[in-house]
Amino acid sequence: MTAAEAPTTALGGEPGFVVQLDQFSGPLDLLLHLLREQQIEIADIPIAKIADQFLSAIHELGLNQAADYLDMASRLVRLKAQMLLPRRTDDDGWEDPRAELVRRLLEYQQIKEVALWLQRQADRRALQYARGYLPPPPELPPPPLELDIAELLAAVERVILAIPTPVLHRVVARPLDVEGATRRIEAMLTDMHELTFRDALGPRPTIVDVLSTLLALLELAKRGMLRIVQDAPFSGLVIRRDSPLATD
Amino acid sequence: MTPLSQLIEAALYSAARPLTIEELATLEPEVTLADVRTALEQLKEALDFGQHGVELVELAGGWQILTRPALAAAIERAQFAVRTPRLTPAALETLAIIAYRQPVGRAEIEEIRGVSAGGVLRALQERGLIEVVGRSEALGRPLLYGTAPMFLELLGLKDVADLPRADELTIALHPHRPEPEGKDDAAAYVEAES
Repeated sequence: MTAAEAPTTALGGEPGFVVQLDQFSGPLDLLLHLLREQQIEIADIPIAKIADQFLSAIHELGLNQAADYLDMASRLVRLKAQMLLPRRTDDDGWEDPRAELVRRLLEYQQIKEVALWLQRQADRRALQYARGYLPPPPELPPPPLELDIAELLAAVERVILAIPTPVLHRVVARPLDVEGATRRIEAMLTDMHELTFRDALGPRPTIVDVLSTLLALLELAKRGMLRIVQDAPFSGLVIRRDSPLATD
Repeated sequence: MTPLSQLIEAALYSAARPLTIEELATLEPEVTLADVRTALEQLKEALDFGQHGVELVELAGGWQILTRPALAAAIERAQFAVRTPRLTPAALETLAIIAYRQPVGRAEIEEIRGVSAGGVLRALQERGLIEVVGRSEALGRPLLYGTAPMFLELLGLKDVADLPRADELTIALHPHRPEPEGKDDAAAYVEAES
């Protein structure tokens, strides 16, 4: 930004002090502007004064820019505190805490000088048109989001469609074979007077076999065909023939 | 005007971008680069001495026929063409950093400008002015950016060496481009690496 383009500001923190932050491309730009306005040498910045001016400049700040400016503000406040610390006059090892800021400001000033050179160069080039001229693409950034409810719902729809189909486990009701179990138990009881629950299950029972057998036993017991006895808590079930079966 | 200058004029007229001498040499079999250079010289003289409204310009590593600057105002008034919009100060500063420090990562750009650079980098990339040229070895392997050919076209530069050298600027800082002498190259690179 040239001096001519720079916004005029009344500095010193008095009321009516206005700085248009939009006109600065960042906190270093604002800082350089403050220094230039007051014709301050970069190498010898009165930190306390500049920190105060910087803070009042960013007082009314758009949120999206706030972080970048607040970072610089906190650095300045820290520098201000460091400069206030007493130091011995004969301390040769003292490093000026402003050195890093000075380095950054000089570096940034150089970049601004190059940027200005690029601008002039681009301006000169823009005066010449090429054959096959195509209008440049429109400026970014994207416009603010404007939606009506239908578009929003359509967008939600698309998002939902984009969700991968979840893996579904189909739960198959495996039929219990209570009748088969009933027949098996009846057949066993024709041979034996009593048997254990484990006997009733047969070899290598599946969970379905266990359930079928249990239900069959309960049903047979209810019908009075057999008696289920447990001698002690948690001991094995003993199934006894209760009434004479047809074949007996 | 030789037949070759005539052919080159037609080729440059038809192309929408600067053409390099190597490209122009493919127009005819058995045409050398020296032939093309001579023909370009003849074409330039013909356009200049014939007081044509267009001129032959060397830029972005090639040659292009462009309208003369003095005629731009009338063309714009008549709205036959629109002037390229100016870049924002933020975009120019970012371009400046990339031009001098390429390949350079986003963190360094943000450090120098003191602001986040994501939006500007995206905009410059979409305008074709910068491109990703690699990845840093640093943590997270961040992308490294460099200028694209369109950058030279936009500025009307022949190549990046046309940028003002660091010692030509009012404030000279550590050079990141090798200096022409070559003696300081190693030092400059060591500094860039550190």
